[in-house]
Amino acid sequence: MEDSKAKVRRSDTPLIRIRDLVFRRGRTTILDGVSMDIPKGSIVAFMGPSGVGKTTILRLISGQLRPDEGTIEIGGKIISSMSYAELKRFRRNFGVLLQDGALFTDLTVFENIATPVREHTNLPEPLIRRLVMSKLSAVGLGGIEEKMPHELSGGMARRVAFARAVVLDPAIMLYDEPMTGLDPIAVSTVRTLMRETNDALGLTSIVVTHNVNQMRELVDYCYIIVAAKIAGEGPPEELTASTEAGVNQFMNGRVEGPIPFHYKPPGAPWGLLD
Amino acid sequence: MAVEEKYLDKLAGPVAEAGKCLLFLFRMLLGIRFSGSQILTVLQQTYLIGARSLVIIMICGFFVGMVLSLQAINALEQFGASDQVSLLVGKSLFRELGPVLTALLFAGRAGTSVTAEIGLMKATNQIEAMELMAIDPIQRIALPRFVAGVISVPLLTAMFNALAILGSVVFSIGVMDLDAGIFWSKLQTGVYFGKDFVGGLWKSVVFGGTISLVAVYFGYSARPTGAGVGTATTNTVVLSSVLVLIFDFIMTSFLT
Repeated sequence: MEDSKAKVRRSDTPLIRIRDLVFRRGRTTILDGVSMDIPKGSIVAFMGPSGVGKTTILRLISGQLRPDEGTIEIGGKIISSMSYAELKRFRRNFGVLLQDGALFTDLTVFENIATPVREHTNLPEPLIRRLVMSKLSAVGLGGIEEKMPHELSGGMARRVAFARAVVLDPAIMLYDEPMTGLDPIAVSTVRTLMRETNDALGLTSIVVTHNVNQMRELVDYCYIIVAAKIAGEGPPEELTASTEAGVNQFMNGRVEGPIPFHYKPPGAPWGLLD
Repeated sequence: MAVEEKYLDKLAGPVAEAGKCLLFLFRMLLGIRFSGSQILTVLQQTYLIGARSLVIIMICGFFVGMVLSLQAINALEQFGASDQVSLLVGKSLFRELGPVLTALLFAGRAGTSVTAEIGLMKATNQIEAMELMAIDPIQRIALPRFVAGVISVPLLTAMFNALAILGSVVFSIGVMDLDAGIFWSKLQTGVYFGKDFVGGLWKSVVFGGTISLVAVYFGYSARPTGAGVGTATTNTVVLSSVLVLIFDFIMTSFLT
């Protein structure tokens, strides 16, 4: 079992291939020439200081944003050249867990999880019920299906959102700061769910986060993004020992280093803070 | 020339916004499917924004009927024509006051809640989550609320009218001691079902559509922050109230 897991994690087939990605917002370059291969079956993290463009990569991968230059290829298909209808169909392969869970506040827990099923399949109601209940008990929350999202704790809401994300058995999971604002027990629960689901279903997961400690035990491979470029990559333990100044500063949480304390607006004429 | 350009620039913003709003309307209408789940969501929203506005509409309708009768009787008494009160109340109510006041109350009660709800959904990433799940948020969130508004406002207007007539009956017959037979016969013979009552209801369909479109559009395009949602909510009330009064004048001039 352990061997097969390791095999999945080490799989060399890249499911997602990103080449020379450039994305600009106005005059600011958010991503500048980013290239990477994400192998099938792995959990990969994009890490970096806040506001560096980690979530932007997630939005580019899911096709919400289009790159200015470069390509993103998933399973041999180039995302930026898809039409709206193709993209909509393609997004069924994604499971998404956003910051705070983003549960639909006007629906019960049951209806939240059932929404993607109802939208994308024609399953009869008893089957939808069985599917939803099985996912709900898989995240350890059987019996709360009639509750409204505001009645749940932060950790429970995140687990319900997780159940909703995996209800259609996606091939790729996208996580945007999945553990923000959770207590240590909830963090461990979500982390275990992420790892076990990934390995059991052979998914490929991409996690965007700035929390180094929470990711050390979870992810197989990390990309550290600093100043619009990949400053370092590798398994988390290797990156902690990295000698590259930006990576070392971020992984060890130091104030001094190439990532500046002062924000410098693009095109600012003064060099006082340099 | 420079002054003209300045004014044109100022005009360009609202015109572009109106264009976006119309495109938003077309995107919503293209999403109509008549599927079971869509009909169910529309019914749920009709309950939430329509049926839940009933109490305020009924109370206001009742008092508007009373005050209208009070003013009418005071004025008509001078000519010895106070028995014409039901005619005056019926005509003014069915043609103008019912549809317009109901629309204004609906904008304050339901329009704001729709904008705030959609704006908060945006601020809490629910809209983004939907897009990522390949669910069209315009079809799933905006459309049912829009259709529910179009259905609710005419029904609420009818209810407002009914309660206003009741208010008028209570004041005119109960308090001022007018003859009940004359009251009802004047109402029956002088107020026409098609021209007055149904004409007013047609107006209220347009008002319902206008308020709901403004409410869902402002909610959907709100900045996803507390201040952004607040501004969007205020804009919904202001713009939809102004549009209701403008459309009322236009429709009244062309239809009657």
